[in-house]
Amino acid sequence: MKQKYWYDYLWIASVAYLLLGFFNILFAWLGLLCFFIPLLLAIFGKDKLYCNRYCGRGQLFSLLGGRFGLSRKRDVPYFLKTKAFRYGFLIFFFIMFFQMLWNTYLVFSGAQDLRQVVTLLWTFRLPWQWAYQVETVPLWVSQFAFGFYSVMLTSTVLGILTMVLFKPRSWCVYCPMGTMTQLICQVKHQEK
Amino acid sequence: MGKKRAVVDQRLCVACGCCVKVCPLQTIVVQQGLFAVVGDKCVGCGKCVKECPASVIQLEVSEP
Ligand code: SF4
Ligand code: SF4
Ligand code: SF4
Repeated sequence: MKQKYWYDYLWIASVAYLLLGFFNILFAWLGLLCFFIPLLLAIFGKDKLYCNRYCGRGQLFSLLGGRFGLSRKRDVPYFLKTKAFRYGFLIFFFIMFFQMLWNTYLVFSGAQDLRQVVTLLWTFRLPWQWAYQVETVPLWVSQFAFGFYSVMLTSTVLGILTMVLFKPRSWCVYCPMGTMTQLICQVKHQEK
Repeated sequence: MGKKRAVVDQRLCVACGCCVKVCPLQTIVVQQGLFAVVGDKCVGCGKCVKECPASVIQLEVSEP
């Protein structure tokens, strides 16, 4: 067995994140960490260290799909690894992300009421009001939390789906964060 | 007969590093966050081939 390091247990953080958001939606804000850390690492010379070492989500998938055998371990369809699909998915993800920010802005400006729902796969509205107890924070803070949690839950569900169908970490093939960090590396190493 | 060794299709590699985590000899590395590169010590065990989510590693028989 290879030696285990503390960062080999970051999958626990990923599970904890999803659970915490189930009880209190404000924990969703913590998800920004898995948004900024990979980007900052990539920009400041650590390349894809986040994917390669720290990403708890990837670890979770390899654990569930590998150790727990919840994966068929088939090859992903070819189109999934093409640049067209990966970049397309990244753009789609961005559009959805900005829509989420826009909703947050609408609530901030008072043009729209807070929606206590988590939207799964950009379509299904799940009621989630039990996770909303804090009336002390501004409404937009909660709206962002609901929106961000939707993004995280959706990507987890997609990831689990492709984990079951294909290889455990199939999500990494089209993960927007992975694509983005790889793009940053491409730009950075081209200059030299 | 030549020895088997892993070969990465670097155009399709997503640089996720799954291969790095399973290689018993730690001879495969992700270079500059761009793609995986197989080192000299590769014994062709095939662990990385199985693990790679994009299935872009193959075992090839190198010339003797
Ligand atoms: S590709 Fe995405 S899920 Fe996979 S290790 Fe990188 S950030 Fe994590
Ligand atoms: S596991 Fe496959 S896609 Fe990931 S870095 Fe290794 S060769 Fe590339
Ligand atoms: S075939 Fe085995 S030794 Fe060679 S790079 Fe893959 S895991 Fe490492």
